[in-house]
Amino acid sequence: MSDPWQWLALIGLGAFHGVNPAMGWLFAVALGLQEGRRGAVVAALPPIALGHALSVLVVVVGFAAVHAVVAPDHLEPVLVAVLIGFGAYRLVRGYRHRARVGMRTGFAGLALWSFLMASAHGAGLMLLPLLLGMLAPAQMMALSLCGPGAEMTGTVALLGSAGAGLAVVLVHMAAMLSMIAVVGLIVFETVGLGILRRGWVNFDMVWAAALIGTGVALLVLRSTAAA
Amino acid sequence: MATWTPDPSFYPSPRMAMQAPPERLAYVAMLNVDTAARPDALGVVDVDPGSSRYGRLVGRVDMPKAGDELHHFGWNACSSALCPYAPHPHVERRYLIVPGLRSSRIHILDTKADPTQPKIVKVIEPEELAARANYSRPHTLHCGPEGIYVSALGNGAGGGPGGVFLMDHDSFDVLGQWEIDRGPQFLAYDVWWHLGQDTMITSEWGTPDMIEGGLDPDLLLGAKYGHCVHFWDLRKRRHQQTIDLGPEYQLALELRPAHDPTKAHGFMNAVVNLTDLSSSIWLWHRRDGGWAMRKIIDIPAEPADPDQLPPMLKGFKAVPPLVTDIDLSLDDRWLYVACWGTGEMRRYDVSDPFQPKLTASVRLGGIVGRSPHPGHQGALNGGPQMVEVSRDGKRVYFTNSLYRSWDEQFYPEGIKSWMVKLDAAPDGGLSIDERFFLRFDDGFRGHQIRLEGGDASSDSYCYP
Repeated sequence: MSDPWQWLALIGLGAFHGVNPAMGWLFAVALGLQEGRRGAVVAALPPIALGHALSVLVVVVGFAAVHAVVAPDHLEPVLVAVLIGFGAYRLVRGYRHRARVGMRTGFAGLALWSFLMASAHGAGLMLLPLLLGMLAPAQMMALSLCGPGAEMTGTVALLGSAGAGLAVVLVHMAAMLSMIAVVGLIVFETVGLGILRRGWVNFDMVWAAALIGTGVALLVLRSTAAA
Repeated sequence: MATWTPDPSFYPSPRMAMQAPPERLAYVAMLNVDTAARPDALGVVDVDPGSSRYGRLVGRVDMPKAGDELHHFGWNACSSALCPYAPHPHVERRYLIVPGLRSSRIHILDTKADPTQPKIVKVIEPEELAARANYSRPHTLHCGPEGIYVSALGNGAGGGPGGVFLMDHDSFDVLGQWEIDRGPQFLAYDVWWHLGQDTMITSEWGTPDMIEGGLDPDLLLGAKYGHCVHFWDLRKRRHQQTIDLGPEYQLALELRPAHDPTKAHGFMNAVVNLTDLSSSIWLWHRRDGGWAMRKIIDIPAEPADPDQLPPMLKGFKAVPPLVTDIDLSLDDRWLYVACWGTGEMRRYDVSDPFQPKLTASVRLGGIVGRSPHPGHQGALNGGPQMVEVSRDGKRVYFTNSLYRSWDEQFYPEGIKSWMVKLDAAPDGGLSIDERFFLRFDDGFRGHQIRLEGGDASSDSYCYP
């Protein structure tokens, strides 16, 4: 479909999001410990992955809509500004910690919590540069599959975007789900929570840096391409 | 500023916190009762047995104004920062939030640069508290997953209802009232929770006008002081259930929920039973999806010669135990019960919370007993009051003053204040550490104690 490196990067970002304790594996472990059974860890994983994916989906849909009407040349600077701006904002302001969901929650509560956490941390934003590179090729591919049909072009291109966007969300979710399952179960079964005391590095900083870094990388790529 | 790894004093579970290194410093609220109207202070006590200044005051921070009545206080952040649903562990346990119970002024002290000489970095004036939360008389303070929770005895005007307000744990701004629906709750005192149950619990003392002039015998005999416990939905901020101990059980005070978040029970003391002056300990526990309470310990009044009793008690010919504080060890096994009237510190094994066993008792001070300390010449007054247990459960610290205007009613000669330490043996024994007897300077009275790095009533945990 497009450059395999893009898909690998997408999977990598899913894993990166999943390994952050604040994105949900730790919540799953806590619920497992609260109930004293592994089944509770496992049961918590799908809603957490779903909420995360929904948050990413919102960003992808929004981006695709903008992408349909704004030329890439104009889109990139905006994207750069959004990524760097959001990362800097997070770095400076930190996070409010309103807890709408607590230890006694179910599927919907976990999905909502995960949606809010992913959104507040800008998980979907981190995927946008990849999406930027994927939408145009996906539209081209959709058009080439359908052959030359002049009046349907807009719809077919949109379908191409939708297909690519959905693939991005699903692949990212699968990678994220795999990571929270692996980390959550390993911590629950063998490692134990002692690892939190030294191993829980400041992902908030890492994420803010990643957002800013992504924005900067996009900027550099753009200027080298222009030169 | 955010740190790279969590504060080393944060522990995921109470079990892990018990492995923490022993505390070297203790912070103690020091009420000043001088007629010269000197300010209250936060004292810093050396509790390192290897130190040459062991058991002595090594630092003191005076508050900016007189008349605060420092009472309870607590940390800006603790182990609850590791909770999975509001994770923010890259903060420091660094600031002590020190409210004035009478002045409603809240002081923020930074302990980082020199832990023995904390610096006052911010003061929240009572007007700001009233404007933002319509509360006054801040009392108990707990670092929660999403902010600092503080109970308040009164509303902004000094009447009722009292309740709970939130403070931001970064800026220390007062965020506002916590309650969305307080139901029938009116009186306030302590607040704590079961994080594993999404349940908050509050208890009842009285509104400021009921307590500030002293214990009012008419209100007491009329059973007007608090005798109810309230259970709340911690997430929805709504009142769920009231349990009435019965009007004869006056002054429902300290709440000590099990530290293990998978357990859903806890302990509370009722100070005085109007029928016989006894004190009682109550257990709350889950029943039929709600909460239930039952009395598990009765501590009777002790007969006494009226000549030895203060005016308020002469007619009763007995000294009430006046259990005014309790503390639960981090393993949820040992409950310490401070009998301020009879001058006794009791230790109970509450492995089976429904069947507590008294395993040891130490006598110090007391209205009649005046029991001495082996490290100090002469009789003592005041009695065991604010009690704090070290994280490893091996050391028990306490002071002997309750609340200024109430002190004068039960110890009218004026409390000479002290702080002591007991050693708690693994088998249930208790012994007085002869080397540790801190006599506060005249004019100062010690109240709540907080231990460096956390103690048995400072932290909450989300993992068993």
